[in-house]
Amino acid sequence: MNKILAFWSILAKDMKNYYLKPPNISWGIIFPVSWTLMFFIRSNSDVDIRGILPGVMALSVLFGTTSMLAVTITFERRSRSFERLLLAPISLNLLMLAKTTGAIIIGIINAFIPVLFASLIIDLPGINWLLTFAGVVLIAVTSAFLGLFIAVSASEVFEAQTFSNFFRFPMMFLCGLFIPIESLPVFIRPLSYALPLTYGADMLKHSFNASGSISPLVSLLVLTGYSIALFTISTNNIKRKWIY
Amino acid sequence: MNIIEVKNLVKSFGEFKAVKGINFNVKKGEVFGFLGPNGAGKTTTINMLTGLAAPTSGEITIAGYDGIKHIKKVQRIIGIVPDESNLYDDMSGFDNLVFCASLYGIKKGIREKRAKELLKQFSLDNAGKRTFKAYSKGMKRKLTIAAGIIHNPEILFLDEPTTGIDVESARQIRKMIKNLNDNGTTIFLTTHYIEEAERLCHRIGFIVEGKIIKLSNVHDLLIEARQENIVEFDTDSNGSNLEKLVISNFPGITVKSVTDHSIRISSRNRIEIMPFMKLFDNNGIKINEAKVIRPSLEEVFIKITGIEIDKLHKEKEGKKK
Ligand SMILES: Nc1ncnc2c1ncn2[C@@H]1O[C@H](COP(=O)(O)OP(=O)(O)O)[C@@H](O)[C@H]1O
Ligand SMILES: [Mg+2]
Repeated sequence: MNKILAFWSILAKDMKNYYLKPPNISWGIIFPVSWTLMFFIRSNSDVDIRGILPGVMALSVLFGTTSMLAVTITFERRSRSFERLLLAPISLNLLMLAKTTGAIIIGIINAFIPVLFASLIIDLPGINWLLTFAGVVLIAVTSAFLGLFIAVSASEVFEAQTFSNFFRFPMMFLCGLFIPIESLPVFIRPLSYALPLTYGADMLKHSFNASGSISPLVSLLVLTGYSIALFTISTNNIKRKWIY
Repeated sequence: MNIIEVKNLVKSFGEFKAVKGINFNVKKGEVFGFLGPNGAGKTTTINMLTGLAAPTSGEITIAGYDGIKHIKKVQRIIGIVPDESNLYDDMSGFDNLVFCASLYGIKKGIREKRAKELLKQFSLDNAGKRTFKAYSKGMKRKLTIAAGIIHNPEILFLDEPTTGIDVESARQIRKMIKNLNDNGTTIFLTTHYIEEAERLCHRIGFIVEGKIIKLSNVHDLLIEARQENIVEFDTDSNGSNLEKLVISNFPGITVKSVTDHSIRISSRNRIEIMPFMKLFDNNGIKINEAKVIRPSLEEVFIKITGIEIDKLHKEKEGKKK
């Protein structure tokens, strides 16, 4: 009970102090909106819009989540307030879950902004919403933990943001979002299958266009595995580097 | 009863040993002070006791818990006030306190009441709504202390609580520490102000270069200090000149220190001032002032560590800049 209260307070504080602050809110909205518009304007048929929607959603989540942790963790660490959290009587795992949950929630919301826009332009019948939601949640969790991993490795906010672009931009092209993986050179394909976003995007393709090529169950397992690994590595790094 | 027991505690940063195998106990209900110059290992020790740094080796027991394995249990009953504030700049004073309380699972109604009480107690009630970054240094330190005691900890760790703040805030903080202790809170504090240690602490550990070189209760230390009689002469001549005169005429007297116009002498026996006045007068030296120095912990500290107090403070201020 005590722990739930602490968890909730940390989450609420981050929401209020960082995520819902005007600059972040506007970024959180402008980013997915501009992605959406950019792609929709270029696509000239209804089918096209539906076809690219999974990719746009995946990108929205990825960009909305990863850099958030640079703010909530790297920044707090520099101002030393992160120490206060480390000194609190809650386990490191719970603490880091509290710190990442905000980014996950924002990521999920970001995912549905393109859907909202699309629904204004076209009808969206026959979508497996349950699978969509599962896919979005998994992408958000994996991206947030990737952001956590980056934030723990960096010591400056700027460094964390640069570092996250190093991961994000290749994913735009390698994860089958807009360029099918089958049309990539053979030697690059293993790299595609090593990136978590490939699996998340594929789940969304299943639910929107029945065009996925990986079993959703496999994707679910791979993304869960990635999440656990990234989270574990990050908390171990914190123990090693920050509880020095 | 010992509430903190530390055995052979070591902390290395790579090759460098910051804490070199220290042993000490803190008794329940006392104010225990770590006194030492900058870089002595005070903060590192506090970090190990509170769970912010992992000891390289050694044992810590706090309130019966293994302080290394069960640090999360220990953290429930300790309060920590770091040397620099670690509160949230963009949150108000009140919100900061309420947030800190929630980390200890204190319910909403109770934590808000407690936050208001503490703001009042630290004369910050008018600043509760202002953001923390708008606070003065003294106010910041006071709020940081309030945040450290919001959950009524059994043990409070204070790292240099009065360093670098205004006199009035420092006075309030000392009074606060005393009150807390009177109400049963065990206090572990570090300081490089000898006078503060003398005024607040029951027992003091002198720490220099990662080692505790003396650990004693303040009362005994003062008795030890007062066995020495000290007199200072302020003159129009320079100190080394005075020193030569004193040494050649009073073999039983020790010269403790000299400046460019004064000399400090000491002896186990009572020092008669007249013979010195006469000696200086005969040598054409004008005496501005002769005063008996009441020995304080400062004398003990200098004797034990060989570190001049001026140097102690200068080093510290040098670091802050
Ligand atoms: N994280 C660290 N890495 C390397 N050296 C450190 C670290 N923290 C402290 N030190 C060194 O350990 C010594 C003790 O530091 P500290 O405990 O902060 O001293 P104090 O608090 O008594 O001024 C200093 O020489 C300091 O430079
Ligand atoms: Mg220190």
